[in-house]
Formats: sequence, C-alpha cells, structure tokens
Amino acid sequence: MTTAPLLTATATDGLLELRPGGSWIAANVAELEQLSDAVAPQLDRSGNVRLDMADVRELDTLGAWLIEKMSRRVMSAGHRAEVVGVADYYAGLIEKVRQVNRASSPPAPARNRILGKVGDIGRATLGAREDVTVFLQLLGSLCVAMLGVLRRPRSLRLTSLVYQVYRVGWRAIPIVVLITFLIGAIIAQQGIFHFRKFGADSYVVDMVGILVLRELGVLIVAIMVAGRSGSAYTAELGSMKMREEIDALSTMGLDPVEVLILPRVIALICALPILSFIGSMAALYGGLLVAWFYGGMEPAIFIARLHDAVSVTHFEVGIIKAPFMALVIGIVACSEGLRVKGSAESLGRQTTTSVVKSIFLVIVLDGLFAIFFASIGM
Amino acid sequence: MQEEEVPFAIRVRDLVVGFGKRAVIDQLSLDVRRGEILGLVGASGGGKSVLMRTIIGLIPRQSGEIEVMGAAIGGTGGRSTRNAAGRWGILFQQGALFSSLTARQNVQFPLRESLVLSDALMDEIANAKLEMVGLAPEDGDKFPSELSGGMTKRVALARALALDPAIVFLDEPTSGLDPIAAGDFDALIKTLQKTLGLTVFMVTHDLASLNTVCDRVAALADGKIVAIGQMRELLQSEHPWVRAYFHGKRSLMLQPKASQ
Ligand SMILES: Nc1ncnc2c1ncn2[C@@H]1O[C@H](COP(=O)(O)OP(=O)(O)OP(=O)(O)O)[C@@H](O)[C@H]1O
Ligand SMILES: [Mg+2]
Repeated sequence: MTTAPLLTATATDGLLELRPGGSWIAANVAELEQLSDAVAPQLDRSGNVRLDMADVRELDTLGAWLIEKMSRRVMSAGHRAEVVGVADYYAGLIEKVRQVNRASSPPAPARNRILGKVGDIGRATLGAREDVTVFLQLLGSLCVAMLGVLRRPRSLRLTSLVYQVYRVGWRAIPIVVLITFLIGAIIAQQGIFHFRKFGADSYVVDMVGILVLRELGVLIVAIMVAGRSGSAYTAELGSMKMREEIDALSTMGLDPVEVLILPRVIALICALPILSFIGSMAALYGGLLVAWFYGGMEPAIFIARLHDAVSVTHFEVGIIKAPFMALVIGIVACSEGLRVKGSAESLGRQTTTSVVKSIFLVIVLDGLFAIFFASIGM
Repeated sequence: MQEEEVPFAIRVRDLVVGFGKRAVIDQLSLDVRRGEILGLVGASGGGKSVLMRTIIGLIPRQSGEIEVMGAAIGGTGGRSTRNAAGRWGILFQQGALFSSLTARQNVQFPLRESLVLSDALMDEIANAKLEMVGLAPEDGDKFPSELSGGMTKRVALARALALDPAIVFLDEPTSGLDPIAAGDFDALIKTLQKTLGLTVFMVTHDLASLNTVCDRVAALADGKIVAIGQMRELLQSEHPWVRAYFHGKRSLMLQPKASQ
C-alpha cells in the first residue's frame, strides 16, 4: 500500500540521524524532492550522519537514488555516512544505485553568443555552397547513369519507370485538371470584369491564351507536382535511407542513382510536359466557359479569337520549360531524400525543405527562361 | 507492498489472434503470477511478439479475455490501455526508440510525462538508469541512429524501466548483447524483481537467461502454450517441439544441470 513518505532528522552530539519512512517511490517524487531539499542544509552543517532505513515501506530506484544522494552529500563534505536497517530485499537495489552517477560529466563549454552567431552565419553560407554541390553532384551522377543506360538500354528499370509515370503522371491528372480549370476560369472572369470598363472585354481571350500557354499552365503544374510528387520522392528515399535500405542496395553492387533516382527523374521529365499540356487545355476550357456564361462570348468566337491571338510559339515557350522544371524538381526531391539522417524529425524537415526549395527554384527558372526567350525574341 | 491482492499479474483466457484467415494465436490461456519472471519460448515466427503485443492491447484479438493487474484490456488504444500504461514498461523487439530524441531524453520521456520532478533530478535518474543497464553517461547524448544494436536494446530497456513499473514486457532483451552484458542484464532483472516485486514477461531465446533468471518458462507452439513450469519440468516435457527445443544440439549445455 502506498503511504506518504516521511523524513525525520534528529541531531545528537555530532551525529545526525535521518529516518526516512513510508513509500520512497517515483509516484511520490514531488514530496520526496521537497523532503530531501529540506534536510540539505542540515546535512551540510552536521558531521557524521546515520541513515536508518528501518521505516521505509516501499523503495524504488528513484527513492534509493535520493537516499544515496544524501549520503554522498555528507561524504563529499568529508564526513561519514552510514546506511543502516536496510531490509534484505532492498540491499541489492541500494548496492546498484551506489555505483551509478560516479563520473561527473564535464560541463558543456560556455558559448560566446556573438561568436556563436558569426559561426552560424558562416555555417549557413557553407551550407548554401554545399546545396549547390549536392545538386551538381546528383546531376552529374544522373548523367553518368543515363549514359550507362544509353550504352546498355537493358539496364533501364522499365517496370519502375512505368510505375512512376503512372504515379506522378496518370494519377495526378484529375487534380491538375481541376486546379488549372479553376485558375483559367478565374483569370477570364477577372479579365472580363476589368476590361469591360474600357470596352476591351474581347481582349480577355488574348490575355487568357498567352498567360496560360506561356507561363501559368506550366508554372502551376510544376508547383503542384513539386508539392505532390516531389514530397513523396523525398519521403520515400528518406525513409529508405533511414532504414539502411539504400546501403543494402549499394552493397549488392547496385547503384542507388540508377535503380531509384533515374526512373523517378525520367518519369517526372516525361510526365510534366504532358501534365502541363493537359493543364493548359483545362485552363483554356475554363476561360472559354466563363467567357461564354459570364461574358456572353460564343465559344466559336472565343476559339476564332484564340486562333488569332496565340501562335505555336507561345505554346512552345511554355512546354519547352516543362522538362527542365521536372529535372530541377526531381533532383531537389531526391537529393533532399538522400540527406535524411536517422531521425523522424529530419525526414519531416527534409521533406519540407524539398518542397520549398523546388518551388523556389521552379520560379527562378521560369524567370530565367523569360529573360532568355525575350532576348531571342520568342 | 502490493495493492489489492490479485494473485495473477496477467491472465489470458482462450485468446485467438489472427491476421486474415490464419490464426497465429489459437485458444491460448496463460497465467503470469505476481512477482515472477516468466520466460516465453517458441519458434521464430511462432507468434511470441504477437502474443505480447496483444496482451498490451496493440493488436486486436478475435476472441478471448485478457486481464493485466486485474483490469481487463480492451481493443487498441482504449482507455484501459492508457490507464495501464503507467504500470507497465515495454521493450519492443526493435527497440522502438524515439528517433528525434537522444538516448537520455528517451529515458526521461516517461518520467517527464507522468511525474513532476526537477530537471536536475530527472537527469540524475536517467543517468542512473542508463548506467544500471550498462551504458556510459556519454552515450546518453547520442541519438538512436548513432547507437549500436546492443546499445539500442539497453536504452530501450532503460526506458522500459524508467518508472519502475509493476510489470515489464521484454521482447528478446538479450539478443544482440555480448554474454557478459547479457549476464549483467540477467542480474539487473533479478535484483529489480527482488526489490520492486517486478513481474517480468520475457520473450527470449537465451537459454542461459531461461535457466538462471526465469522462475517459470512457457513454451508456445502451434498458437498454444504447450508446456509451462520450471525449467526442470520443461526439460522433461514430452511435447515433441519442446523436446526438440531443449534437447537439440545447441541446448546440450543445459543437460548436466537437468540431470543433477
Ligand atoms: N501485422 C502483421 N500482419 C500480418 N501478419 C503478421 C503481423 N505481425 C506478425 N504477423 C505474423 O504472425 C506470425 C508471428 O509473428 P511474431 O512476430 O509473433 O513471431 P515471433 O514469435 O515473435 O518470432 P521471432 O522470434 O522471430 O521474433 C508470423 O508468421 C508473422 O508473419
Ligand atoms: Mg518476435
């Protein structure tokens, strides 16, 4: 039966006698800490101490440790502490506890705050350089693996490739169509609403057509794929890394880049242009419906105007970007996956990093392409 | 020192557990007495871990009754499981350490969750537990991914024992430990059992552990307990699988002891 713990102290000429009683167990830890803190000053003042354990009803490791701590406190002051009245069945535990916590761990070296900050900045800079290195490294190994596949086409993991295309391409179609459709519709509605003020609402077709085909179609699809498939790649490779599956693969003489990463990246490179095309069509369709029902423009007129407004060049500009974006997403996702360390937390962190980084890079890449196409006059 | 006297720490009646159509545990009954160390042996893949996880309430059962310390154990994650959690400590076969906490934080976790105590004391207790299972205090700062297989086992054991629970479930605690460490482990379990009145349910293939620390040994075969009793009695069991287990080539070291 659990009873409240007690600790009585009686001092008789130079000898302090402590009588712990009741339940010295973990469940009573709050009281126990108070009791032992309360006698601490007495322990420091007194000479020799005797701990009489006869009244202890229950004892566990925590209680035994608190008692051991009291006797150590006395001994460290150079006095004698004896523990008496220990019941047989507690002797073993007290003996065990007597041996623990002997080595005092050295205190962690104090950290200079300013120096620490400077150090953090330096490390972050080096980290950024490392990001670039890792990216280029993986790009290089992908090229090597690709060359290997070109030399020996049989070494391409066809099953895996087809499965990945199915996963990142086919299964993504519904959500891609839905979102791009809505975005096309929204752009058309906003265009009609604002252009109407100066009677230019028929130009909404030009706006929707050029915006969707050149920029938005591919950009939105790439961002969605980064969130949907890039994160999945990172999480998969990361948990394989955590459970040493990737190490197992390489000890069997297989190249993880060739087996795991190449099919995934190629699948993305195949799927993203197709998804962009489907997405652009869905957006145009959304624009057409809004122009019809909200702007009162017959579909036939919409299509005729679209024909005049956009050329194949606009479409090319959009679709050419897609494979490069896919490459960036694939490499970032896979390299972040391979950087997962042992813990679940790092898996989560790396997945977040992967999505944030690939969306950022996709947008930067889009900007670079815009400059490039402008300067070659496309 | 025990609460309301229930003679059995664990009672299992007519338990059936299966995955799909196949029953892994089939009409199994088992009693574990208070304060005893029960060793469970059985073939690899024979359902020992499944039995342990069912008793804890992690795997739903198809029929049967389970009582731990007089309280019925319901389905997965039920209230009874959570209430009982304060009274048992569990060592999973794979360790199941929290990968984003250090070894010391892993041991402190149950302390922090169920007790109110100062950080200093918590550190001391965690260090004490780690040392009791044979780890150096420096190892406490390592993350689970930086621990060796045996060290993982020890940290998991320290975590299972963190609250000095009334029952500990140990799934192959000594596998992956060297014989010296395994011997220390046996001694530790014996000491804790004597002092704390610990009930231990231990799945093990370690014949030395079975012989030295287990009060009773149960043999699981074909989803049932086919023999249970002291080691001496098991060695005389007529069940073919039990005979093969204890009288195989690797078990010959037990024989002189048996014939004394
Ligand atoms: N979650 C699960 N789903 C399906 N089958 C399972 C599951 N868990 C275990 N099993 C099956 O139940 C059987 C018993 O497994 P269990 O893990 O209990 O074996 P064990 O006796 O602990 O073996 P070992 O000594 O190797 O640890 C095995 O055939 C296993 O495949
Ligand atoms: Mg098992």
